[in-house]
Amino acid sequence: MSAEIGHFALIVAAVLALGQSVFPMAGAVRRHGALMALGGTLATGQFVFVAIAFGALTWAFVTSDFSVANVVQNSHSAKPLLYKITGVWGNHEGSMVLWCLILSLFGACVGWFGGNVAPGLRARVIAVQGMIGLAFLAFVLLTSNPFDRVNPMPPDGRGLNPILQDPGLAFHPPLLYLGYVGFSVTFAFAVAALLEGGVDAAWGRWVRPWALAAWSFLTLGIALGSWWAYYELGWGGFWFWDPVENASFMPWLVGTALLHSAIVAEKRDALKSWSILLAILTFSLSLLGTFLVRSGVLTSVHTFATDPERGLFILAILAVTIGGALVFYAWRAPALKGGGLFRPVSREGALIVNNLLMTVAALTVLFGTLYPLIVDALGLGKISVGPPYFNATFVPLMAPLILAMGIAPFLPWKRADLAGALDRLKLIVAVTIGAAAVVVFLEDRYSFAAALGIGLAVWAIGASAFELASRVRLFRAPFGESLRRTAAMPRSAWGMTLAHAAAGVVVAGITASSVWQTEIVRVMEPGDRADVAGYTVAFAGVQEVRVGNYLARRGRFTVSEGGAAVATLSPEKRIYLPQRTPTTEAAIRTTWFADLYIVLGDPHGEGGHAVRLYHNPLVPWIWIGAVLMFLGGMISLTDRRHRVGAPRRSVRPAPPQPAEA
Amino acid sequence: MRPKRRRLAFLSVGLVLLGVAVALVLTALEDGVTFFYTPSKVAANDVPAGQQFRLGGLVERGTRRNLGDGLSVAFRVTDCIHSLQVVYKGVLPDLFREGQGVVAIGRLETGGVFRADTILAKHDENYMPKDLADQLKEQGQWHADGGGKPCAEAKS
Repeated sequence: MSAEIGHFALIVAAVLALGQSVFPMAGAVRRHGALMALGGTLATGQFVFVAIAFGALTWAFVTSDFSVANVVQNSHSAKPLLYKITGVWGNHEGSMVLWCLILSLFGACVGWFGGNVAPGLRARVIAVQGMIGLAFLAFVLLTSNPFDRVNPMPPDGRGLNPILQDPGLAFHPPLLYLGYVGFSVTFAFAVAALLEGGVDAAWGRWVRPWALAAWSFLTLGIALGSWWAYYELGWGGFWFWDPVENASFMPWLVGTALLHSAIVAEKRDALKSWSILLAILTFSLSLLGTFLVRSGVLTSVHTFATDPERGLFILAILAVTIGGALVFYAWRAPALKGGGLFRPVSREGALIVNNLLMTVAALTVLFGTLYPLIVDALGLGKISVGPPYFNATFVPLMAPLILAMGIAPFLPWKRADLAGALDRLKLIVAVTIGAAAVVVFLEDRYSFAAALGIGLAVWAIGASAFELASRVRLFRAPFGESLRRTAAMPRSAWGMTLAHAAAGVVVAGITASSVWQTEIVRVMEPGDRADVAGYTVAFAGVQEVRVGNYLARRGRFTVSEGGAAVATLSPEKRIYLPQRTPTTEAAIRTTWFADLYIVLGDPHGEGGHAVRLYHNPLVPWIWIGAVLMFLGGMISLTDRRHRVGAPRRSVRPAPPQPAEA
Repeated sequence: MRPKRRRLAFLSVGLVLLGVAVALVLTALEDGVTFFYTPSKVAANDVPAGQQFRLGGLVERGTRRNLGDGLSVAFRVTDCIHSLQVVYKGVLPDLFREGQGVVAIGRLETGGVFRADTILAKHDENYMPKDLADQLKEQGQWHADGGGKPCAEAKS
């Protein structure tokens, strides 16, 4: 029964989405207050009905209703409850319902928390959200119905891909979608502004909290995905430049640019039409990512069951959305009036540097991702573009970006003195050069990449710390005064400082773990020892265990440092029972400064096993940094200053204020 | 700066950056791109010696054996017409199985042996590398009923 309720709720949601795309738009054109107000109600209704559908699907999974095809293909009665629930979005159909749920949630949020947005603009934003919702609900209903029945009902399901039977599945897709889909709101704001034909500084203020929320979630979602791949796939790496990773990374790059250009739009009434273009591009890249993942045109580690019909449908949504928005942009944007004037060396100028580098970096990633398709389409052969390409294009673009990020908070608006800013930063410049030099001399093998990466990381963290110190006049004013200033610092300033320093933490983690990783592959007999980066790892043997729905060969390794035992690690090789699929579970010991990572391989001879041992210095910093970035975004969102002047006090996330150095 | 001049400056900086990016892309493409070949392509001597490429095909049944050091394995990769000897030192992926699709990244050595640095097998038992599936379709060897058996009867 739940399947029918869910299916019906999806149809109702689609009808409501249709109403949501028509009525508020008509109301905004005719300046009809009641029609405009209807938008918020319809958006709430759409959300409620998608939530009912999602609930019905979850119910079918939890109760193992094997009359539903989707449950049969992706679940099994013996699966732990957590994975029955997360299995709802561990497949194509269910994940699209989750996508629609989050999309309708954002639409409803514009209605609930958008009270301080001008009614005409808000109505148009809600209408655009309705159109996107309608497109995706139609996609689910017409090509990917999760409620299809099977007849006759099989006795049990086929089980969820074991690689997905991991707590990572509980958080990674929902967070990623909160980011991806969150940028639909900024897209809707951009299209609505083009429809209205005018953008003022208030537009920037309204867009920023949405961009900030979406960006924060996307950051966390990407980081969680990378962490999951790191511990689950057993390859010892955290990023593979896989097409699907790139698909999530491109919106992040352009979204980061948008986050910064919206500051200029709000503060200085400039870069407005550029911000609108970025808002369109960010969501377009989100849609492109969806298309790449679901259509199967590119090979990747993510294997959704692919279907050309679905690919075509998403391609159509993509073409209409991107094409429509860009044509509209070309038509209306020239009419948007430019605002505040500024010199090239200024806060605005630095933010433009950020924007251009982020966008160009996204372009090179896009090109590398699509190049195999282009070459294939031209009949020039089958190729793949690997990490060397991405590293060689991405790193040279990010290096100047991080340099600019350190200086930008010290540049005032309108016109600035670069030499003066560098003079204030001379201590940090010296520390940075010193750190890079130490790296050059420390390494027995000269590594330019390491010196550059560590230098940039020290620069980003140092400049952020210095920015904080000079803001509170640390050591220049009495300590009490500094303390008072610290307490009075706006949350948005804390957010910026934290996020910028976090970028340095991520760079340090990426650099150290890429350059100084130790990898040992060898056969170990019980009693054998291996030395890895100062640790001695002794292999005690394996035992067979049966846990829940899998069998495992569990290795026992004792790790000692300087003769003292510090840890016991138990990597596993598992066979999941319904499908007899093997998986590898790496065992990781982290000190927060480095990971010791052990993977158990195939047996060899009497009791011997192939073993891979990795020592990954600073690798946890990648995820610590990403979490700090997320926290920076969240702290900015809670900034109170922007709620002043709002018609009513609400829990609406408030936009942040940039730093005034 | 006046808006017009500012837009010009904005544009020219953007264009310069784009130029830098294009230069970066072109140099990076030289060693960032690996071609995909099947054993037939290799047999036809279409593959430049010493160049890294991706070899795709099926792991031929009954050809997998472990070499003396316990870490190296040898097996043959077939596309149902030709096959190629592959050696690999390292731990094979979980889903590496005889009769199933595989992609090996490495180089051809003198003597016609392919030395792989990386072996990819996907986390899906029906997985077939897309490039290989296309190739098999071209050759008329494609059987839609699953990746496991497209060439069960074929001799190589």
